[in-house]
Amino acid sequence: MTKDAILGAIRRGLRRGELPADQQAMLGGRLATHPRHLIPARSRLPRPEQVALFIRNVEKEFGTVERVPAPEAVPAALADYLSAQNLPARVVMAPHPELSAIPWAERPLLGFEQRRAQATDQVSVQHGFAGVAETGTLVLPSAPERPTTLNLLVETEVVVLRASRIAGAYEEVWDRLRGESRDAVSGGFMPRNIMFVTGPSRSADIEQTLELGAHGPRRLHVILIDDDPAALPMADVEAPPPVAVPGGPAAPGD
Amino acid sequence: MVAITSPAFKENAARALADPGLQKALGTAKGAFLQRRAQAVANLPEFERLREIGRDIKNHTLAHLDFYLEAYEAKVKAAGGQVHWCSSADDARAAVLEICRKAGARTVTKGKSMISEELGINAHLEAHGIRPVETDLGEYILQLRQEHPSHIIAPAFHLNREDWEADFRRLHTDLPADRVFAERRDILAEARTKLREKFLQADVGITGANFLIAETGSSVIVTNEGNGDLTQTLPRVHIALASIEKVVPTLEDCTSLLRLLARSATGQDFSVYTTFSTGARRPADLDGPEEYHVVLIDNGRSNMIGTEFQEMLRCIRCAACMNHCPVYGAVGGHAYGWVYPGPMGSVLTPSLVGIEKTGLLPNASTFCGRCESVCPVKIPLPKMMRHWREREFERHLTPAAQRTNLGLWAWFARRPSAYRLATRAAMAALGLIGRGKGAFRSLPLAEGWTRGRDLPAPEPGGTFMARYARGQRGR
Repeated sequence: MTKDAILGAIRRGLRRGELPADQQAMLGGRLATHPRHLIPARSRLPRPEQVALFIRNVEKEFGTVERVPAPEAVPAALADYLSAQNLPARVVMAPHPELSAIPWAERPLLGFEQRRAQATDQVSVQHGFAGVAETGTLVLPSAPERPTTLNLLVETEVVVLRASRIAGAYEEVWDRLRGESRDAVSGGFMPRNIMFVTGPSRSADIEQTLELGAHGPRRLHVILIDDDPAALPMADVEAPPPVAVPGGPAAPGD
Repeated sequence: MVAITSPAFKENAARALADPGLQKALGTAKGAFLQRRAQAVANLPEFERLREIGRDIKNHTLAHLDFYLEAYEAKVKAAGGQVHWCSSADDARAAVLEICRKAGARTVTKGKSMISEELGINAHLEAHGIRPVETDLGEYILQLRQEHPSHIIAPAFHLNREDWEADFRRLHTDLPADRVFAERRDILAEARTKLREKFLQADVGITGANFLIAETGSSVIVTNEGNGDLTQTLPRVHIALASIEKVVPTLEDCTSLLRLLARSATGQDFSVYTTFSTGARRPADLDGPEEYHVVLIDNGRSNMIGTEFQEMLRCIRCAACMNHCPVYGAVGGHAYGWVYPGPMGSVLTPSLVGIEKTGLLPNASTFCGRCESVCPVKIPLPKMMRHWREREFERHLTPAAQRTNLGLWAWFARRPSAYRLATRAAMAALGLIGRGKGAFRSLPLAEGWTRGRDLPAPEPGGTFMARYARGQRGR
């Protein structure tokens, strides 16, 4: 059998047979405890600065962010963003309970369908599971209420994220997923797919020069709900000017 | 496997040096990756420590590779996926074809994958009536041009913007012939439109894998365009191609390596899309493939374990070594004659296809050491190229003239006074004809060497030993 041949060749190279039970148990323990390695210090910050770092990094990668005080403010923020970008007020939205609970009826001109994306859809509204301040990364695990196609088939993806879901480093998100997620098929915590999204789609394949808008969304906009009192910006600290203006056109810097 | 032209490296390199289009492309590209990598590294003070961690994670995994592969397979199965173990390229091609046939596939979309190039998947599918469509922008134009990648992360590294425009005009004949490509983004937009149809038509999507994770049974791809994700999300069947050394134990291990990968490759802090796939569509999911297959390929890797080339299996395919290589920078990737160019290719290619045909590759190095100094997992590439040179010499594969000259040199090297006498004479002669020129563009009896390089003329003042002796006296 091919599998045995490959494993046999590996063991011959390592000059040993199958690992003894105690060593297997030790390695099994390493898998079960999944020890962390060095985590860069850059994201170990007080909460307000951690959220500010997340925003700065999203903007550095040519995404845009708008902070809103509560879920009730999301419909207006979305409607204004769409009109500023000259986009139709029709979106395909993740069928996520947190998004369903937003009072959309206050903006009756905003049309939406909750389903997976089709090739003709222009704008999606996705539910953010988490954000990673370290690199301004959105974490979007697949689920019936969070279809993967919303991240891919549209020209513009809008992610609604709660500030309390912003972590410093990727490792914190893994632990959150291990704690909160249960997969129906494997019994483990990994869903079918997890996308880590850092900015809008791009390519540098033509003369190693970065251009936005390859096969995925050309625009990535985050509506950040400030649900975490500890993460609010401190009043006396002046925020650094944003790299890209929220709602403005993203332009690669190099 | 794809045809190999490595035995003709010298002719390939000469042609590359004389190719103005290629030289222009190499010139344009040269600084971009280097500057961005340097900037990204400077922005992460822990980078050097992370390189050591990356090396250690890979070493730990390779020392227990059998265990982690079996653990990985068990998790893939638990998540409803299938693993197909393949010893050779033939096995892997057959496995891919069988999955495609069972799916009734007519069109297959593909994400960028170097192992797919190694296996020659496209030619095999085409020969059996299945149409593969490359969807990475660079791979797409190469498929149109019927070429192979010249770089492992920027496959169209050898092309200029004019080439893109000319090829798109030549091959997208359904579009108006007088359309204007005012900017690079117009080229990108046209490819996006063309490929969107293909994504929607495809029956099977084939991707590579940057990592496999034993803890969860996941395959990981890292892209900027999003084509890999469309490839693995839209078709009914997803096939991930991965060689055995891609496995790492846990998500934490993978995360540490991901901190190194994009910074070393394109100089980004993180690539746009880093995606973890684990099994097929779940019962209530609204999208995703219904079947998930991993074709797990050895194709020569297990033979490297326990040899002086085992460390090469740490490679995470970032391309930093070729981006920083003066030889790659001068001749580009195609001259190397097989799938993997640059320093990593000069070590890996002989391991996978044999030193008989590839002896020139480990010799295509100045041993400047930049490759090793930027490698995110600290692979001692120059040392391993030297191992290949030694093996080549031991097996009498080195050309006769080179062996004779090496023998001659060894005779002098063992006799210091004769060596000094000879070098003093040679320097005096070179100094006499070269004084005032600074460098030789050509030299009698050494045309083979000077054809591709200039030899600096000796500075006045004598040999190192002569100056050293004077310095000692002057003290």
